[in-house]
Amino acid sequence: MTETTTREIEPQWVVLDTRDGEVRARCDRMIARMGSAPPRGFVEACGVEFASNDRLAFPKLSAVFESTAPGIFVVGALAGYPLIKHCMNQGHDVVEFINGNTDLKPADEPILEAKFRGLPGGRSVAEWLEYLRSNVSILEGMSALQMREFMLDSEARLYRAGEVIFERNAPGSSLFGIADGEVRVEINPTDPWITVPIGKGKIFGEVGLISGRRRGATIRAGTDCILVEISRSAALKLMSAVPAAQREVTRTTTERSLLQIFKSGLTPEDLTDVIASAKVETIRAGQAIIKEGETGDDIFIIRSGSMIVEKSIGGKPVFLSYVPAGSYVGEMSVIDGGPRTATVRAAVKSDVIKLSGESFRALLDAKPGLTARLREDMSSRTQLNTFIESKKDSFGGVVEMYSGIANFLLDNGVGEATDVLLIDEKLCVGCDNCEKACADSHDGLSRLDREAGRTYAHLHVPTSCRHCEHPHCMADCPPNAIHRGSTGEVYIDETCIGCGNCQRNCPYGVIRMDKVPPKKPWLINWLLFGQGPGPGEPDKKWSYKHAKKGVEAPKKAIKCDMCTGQSGGPACVRACPTGAAIRVSPEQFLSVSLIDRGGE
Amino acid sequence: MATKAPRTGRAIVRAPRETTHEGFLTHAKSRWLKIALGLCALAIAVYALTDPLPRPNGGTFAGYLLGTVGALLIVWLSMIGLRKRIITSKPYSLKAWTSAHVYLGLSLIVIGTLHTGFQLGWNVHTLAYVLMMFVIISGIYGIVVYARLPEQLSANRNEATQPQMLEAIRALDRQLDTAAQPLGKNEADIVRLSLEECDVGGNLWQRLTGRQPNCGNKRARDAIQAIVNTQMRTGKPDARLTQILFLLERKDAALAQARRHIRMKTQLELWLYIHVPATFALLAALTAHILSVFLYW
Repeated sequence: MTETTTREIEPQWVVLDTRDGEVRARCDRMIARMGSAPPRGFVEACGVEFASNDRLAFPKLSAVFESTAPGIFVVGALAGYPLIKHCMNQGHDVVEFINGNTDLKPADEPILEAKFRGLPGGRSVAEWLEYLRSNVSILEGMSALQMREFMLDSEARLYRAGEVIFERNAPGSSLFGIADGEVRVEINPTDPWITVPIGKGKIFGEVGLISGRRRGATIRAGTDCILVEISRSAALKLMSAVPAAQREVTRTTTERSLLQIFKSGLTPEDLTDVIASAKVETIRAGQAIIKEGETGDDIFIIRSGSMIVEKSIGGKPVFLSYVPAGSYVGEMSVIDGGPRTATVRAAVKSDVIKLSGESFRALLDAKPGLTARLREDMSSRTQLNTFIESKKDSFGGVVEMYSGIANFLLDNGVGEATDVLLIDEKLCVGCDNCEKACADSHDGLSRLDREAGRTYAHLHVPTSCRHCEHPHCMADCPPNAIHRGSTGEVYIDETCIGCGNCQRNCPYGVIRMDKVPPKKPWLINWLLFGQGPGPGEPDKKWSYKHAKKGVEAPKKAIKCDMCTGQSGGPACVRACPTGAAIRVSPEQFLSVSLIDRGGE
Repeated sequence: MATKAPRTGRAIVRAPRETTHEGFLTHAKSRWLKIALGLCALAIAVYALTDPLPRPNGGTFAGYLLGTVGALLIVWLSMIGLRKRIITSKPYSLKAWTSAHVYLGLSLIVIGTLHTGFQLGWNVHTLAYVLMMFVIISGIYGIVVYARLPEQLSANRNEATQPQMLEAIRALDRQLDTAAQPLGKNEADIVRLSLEECDVGGNLWQRLTGRQPNCGNKRARDAIQAIVNTQMRTGKPDARLTQILFLLERKDAALAQARRHIRMKTQLELWLYIHVPATFALLAALTAHILSVFLYW
């Protein structure tokens, strides 16, 4: 069970908070792995001070790993570097320091030097680190050592005035900090001249980081500027290590999400009251934030995860729509003042920003343009409600089927997916051409298992990567080899060390550990002379027989990369002879068009 | 030395791809059905509007035209076998190919028949025509099974994969083996029928029909059932035998599911083993037909 925390321990039972909701399991014995936090009492008794009172804080260290107790040096896990490679490098450095080699540069010095090369100002690595730390507000709470570690996963860059930093709809989950200069956000996709500035010291890109979805707006450099791009993993580490950074990111996301959602000429000043009333809440999977028929006028912005909207028709909950991160719900009651018209509950564990209706109404009174915009959004939702209700009267079975399929897909992790392979088993003839095409376009190894996986009403979710918004596989990759690519795909690069962590962390079992099989003879040789194993993944026996003798090929993690770099798109979809296989985003599939399926 | 990470942030438009479950028969609002019907109408018009003497024949202008179109179609239609296996990275849709293959293939019934001018006999020319019709008829059978069977296959599978079905049967075999250890020789021999004379797939005919009336498991089940029935009439049946009977019945159900699965998979595949070799025969006959026409006429 990944992403699970213990909620309660009862005699013979344990209650767990999992990603998909609460689970109560029988438990006779508990085995816990302790020691993930430093043995603080002992270390403090040695005279070593810690950075803060936080349970997970690390000792205060100088740039040469010396603690506050002179003569005691701290390296490795206790210093906050759990990997053995760090520990060995640091141990070597410390011995050198103690021996009096004060000129020694740390092992990562050349890597950092390369990162700062090409930037104006001619600063040394230490000066650059200090420059970034003192100029970007969220980095202020870090020590010199933490900055070094942080910079290894980050990039510092110079952008010329007018240069695009990222475009709207580009995938990306990194966070940017402005060390010098100013950037401009194009808030209106149709008119690039309407921009909002973000100044020195601030951050941007946080919406992509938190929600895991595509960039909401194009951002250009307003003046020449020096930016630090903080990778997703470094940003998450920073937020957990420096509470002030966490608060700053949360405040900024709230403000920016509001500006982005309600566009109509709002300024951050207009939002002061609304933001003061905002609260970030974590919602368990299945928990409702709005219940049909109840009174309430809070508005919710979905920061991460996703929600589903249901309406009770004839005593049964009927699925209305899927609401991805970055959208808002609850505006109808604020405008019309009536009770809630539908139930909204979390499809997966989600974070929402809750805004009080009162402060929001004050904002609406002050900004009539905003009301018009909300009404526009609302009308499409009302139309959907009416449409479903009208369908219900004419053919109830259709709506029930629609609801059933939607719930089935959400139960199978589609709620956190960005792109999922779906097979219509009314069309699938079981030829496995999808698997063969997958293997033949990727080193001879298939990244999908067509037959395995759940099925509901002949709709099959095979074992294939969903390219999650917050990929579970990325959670613990020692060489940091898993990334989100330019078309939104989650892929593993060639630095994979084959440890298998991602395979264990994937709740959908879509990652396999295997070695690349030997090259097959040409297809024509198979067609004419029967040479080689033919199209698709060669069987183990053939691979073993034809492997290079005496060379042990390493097993590495392999998974779907959405056929990036192939202009034809996913090979599994292209190669399906009957049209059974499609790859879609959940918003594309969980729409009214699904009703047609139920109607067949 | 670490190279600088590339600047990202570009919104790259994804390659266009299918996003709806539209089957090959209705692909692109039945585009290929319309094209094929148009082609047939055109062929009929050409045939009807020309009035060759002494009679319609493959050697007239209309005959050559229809023959050329037909021959090119046959060659193109046979290319789907290559298209299916050569996985290129450029955009293409095998579904669109299948759709065109089906409808253009059916249009050959009209084009080919009109090309003959209804002159058939015992010669290489008619052989090509007959082979073509045979390929088309086997193809129609293929369309029927492709349209009907997937839904039943999916329902029968009930989320189990083929390896899982076979593993379930092996697990029952292991349980039967253990349960039969304390039995006497006669009864153990009956259980051995189920373990040793029960083949999941069977020969080709058995795979295709899913029927194995002589299945060892069925014989074992019937025999044990008879013994249990006799014991029931005289008193309490042997608990070991009722346990075995239960396992045999479960294996019977597992076998039935696996055999239905294999039957449908075989039906979905087997026609291709007729359709494709017949196509090669057709290509050979077609070559003979064209060569003989130009060499000897």
